[in-house]
Amino acid sequence: MFDIVAFIPRAIGQSVPLLFGCTGEILTEKSGNLNLGIPGVMYVGGISGVIGAFVYEQQSAGNMSAFPAIMIPLACSLLGSLIMGLIYCILTVTLRANQNVTGLAMTTFGVGIGNFFGGSLIKLSGADVPSIALSKTSEYFSASLPFASKLGWFGKLFLSYGFLAYTAFIVAIAATVIIYKTRVGLHLRAVGESPNTADAAGINVNVYKYMATCLGCMIAGLGGLYYVMDYASGVWSNDAFGDRGWLAIALVIFSIWNPLIGIFASILFGGLYIVYLYIPTGMDYMEFKELYKMIPYVVTLFVLVLTSMRNKRENQPPASLGLSFFREER
Amino acid sequence: MKKSKSEPLFHITKRDVMPWYKTWGIRAAAIVAALIVCGIITTITTGLNPFSVYASFVQGAFGSGRKVWITFQNMSILLIISLALTPAFKMRFWNIGGEGQVLVGALATAACMILLGDKIPNVLLILVMTVAALGAGAIWGLIPALFKAKWNTNETLSTLMMNYIATQIVAFFTVVWEVPKGSFTVGIINQATNAGWLPQLFGSKYLLPIVIALAVTAAMYVYLKYSKHGYEIAVVGESEKTAKYVGMKTGKIIIRTMILSGALCGLAGFLLVGGINHTITTTINSGQGFTAVMVSWLAKFNPITMIFTSFLIIFLERGAGEISTNFGLNQSFADILTGIILFFIIGCEFFISYRIVFRKKKETTSEK
Repeated sequence: MFDIVAFIPRAIGQSVPLLFGCTGEILTEKSGNLNLGIPGVMYVGGISGVIGAFVYEQQSAGNMSAFPAIMIPLACSLLGSLIMGLIYCILTVTLRANQNVTGLAMTTFGVGIGNFFGGSLIKLSGADVPSIALSKTSEYFSASLPFASKLGWFGKLFLSYGFLAYTAFIVAIAATVIIYKTRVGLHLRAVGESPNTADAAGINVNVYKYMATCLGCMIAGLGGLYYVMDYASGVWSNDAFGDRGWLAIALVIFSIWNPLIGIFASILFGGLYIVYLYIPTGMDYMEFKELYKMIPYVVTLFVLVLTSMRNKRENQPPASLGLSFFREER
Repeated sequence: MKKSKSEPLFHITKRDVMPWYKTWGIRAAAIVAALIVCGIITTITTGLNPFSVYASFVQGAFGSGRKVWITFQNMSILLIISLALTPAFKMRFWNIGGEGQVLVGALATAACMILLGDKIPNVLLILVMTVAALGAGAIWGLIPALFKAKWNTNETLSTLMMNYIATQIVAFFTVVWEVPKGSFTVGIINQATNAGWLPQLFGSKYLLPIVIALAVTAAMYVYLKYSKHGYEIAVVGESEKTAKYVGMKTGKIIIRTMILSGALCGLAGFLLVGGINHTITTTINSGQGFTAVMVSWLAKFNPITMIFTSFLIIFLERGAGEISTNFGLNQSFADILTGIILFFIIGCEFFISYRIVFRKKKETTSEK
């Protein structure tokens, strides 16, 4: 039987990293930067949080309290992704390097950092534990409201998540409001559509590009943190985060650069990501599970083609996406 | 520009074309700076003195006769993939689907080896394998090209999605063909009969991919530089409007170029399965489709320069791999070092195309 009450919370759990990544990338792309380094940033965000939590758990030796147990990994994660954002900005905004190549290099670098420290953290720190299992920190991250379990299906569907999941939705809504309803957002969109015009209007293009990209990276990095601390219960395993970063980038197009649509799109994709677990195959046809795992990518490709076919003006990417801004070049 | 107090400390102008020795000087300086940073980072994490770090690098790539061969073999595969992506990049078609195109080529090769092995003569089998691999790669390149040509679909994302679709198809067939059941690996194909294994060249099992890579390099150089197709690719890349204005059918050029690009990736897959690994896994290509993007770009899309850039990347990978095995570190250490070096090389391009003019300096006549 298909158990919808069990399925939806799992789909939403899967959707949170996608939503963080998607919101971060939308913010970045609105400033005209196509950051293909998001998968790497999300790895770095995750592993930085793990390092912070690991050190804290080792130091405190069991006497942990809630506030530092949450704030230390959170701060580390934000700092890690901020550094990645700065690397990207220095290369593409200040040094005007090609954004695609920089992004791919950042992904190589970020995934490398994640897997390297994930695999070597214990050896490097000389700690006496068999594997990185931050179950205590994870308890703080995944704690839901105490009365959630008493509310039956309602509690399960709406209240059973850790605080980062709600943060993802709040951030997405806030980003929509900022981008589409405020003056800062208007300036940001102007920078992404036509940096020369924005520059002539007195907007500091580079500052906007820096701010949007760094903020976007920090938001995306939280997706990595959520995945390790909440979804994976504090267990880091190499490459477990997989290709969610790339899916997040694809989701940006799916949600036509609007984080509000991104919320629904990411829940849909979260569901598609795990739907193969729910399609009955029987023991003899295990191979078809592998084909079902293809579904999110096929759907993305399909949507991509569909949106380009319809070709509506308001659904287009920011006009200067992927191009560097050079003031003296007209 | 008028001289006044409000003039900034420095401003940035575009450079004229630099002489080639200066551009390569800047790039070499960037690589040296990157290697120094890498050395420092390795010293911090491993406690080695920097000089033995560099020694380990060389040891990893050239430590023994076998290591040298493997270095050149890996390099040739990476070189072929980079060359395959180059014509697409030259016309500003961001084909980051090399990974998938190699995988389907590898899958087609493996399928021929498993299904036709020992049923037809070996020479014929290898011929069928080649055709199947090139064809499969070409189809995988053709699909995003069709979308791009017809509806201007973003190719960066469509090729990326094609990668994952290819990965899952390979995973599907891995389960179908797995030996023994439940192991999720195909194992060495035709181990007893060696049917479909590519022949050794002059008694060396490493030489064939290297020779093919060099041949492809030369052919690609001529194709891009001296053929009509190569010229059309360059025009479409520089300005699609110009291309349309002079009457080039851009859609046709995009489709043709992507078929070539995909087919060459398929060739790399064919060599990986038929010549080197004799098996198929979802990770047989180990992310080289992405690395090749950077190899190709670092070489400024010049096939000859690509020999050096692919060598640089493989050298780093092998060297960092050696360090990680020696010190019980994770293999991903190589990715970190590669990333750092790429950042430096990407950054140094700025100093090749732009110059910083300081306020104190007399106004030079650099601006045209």
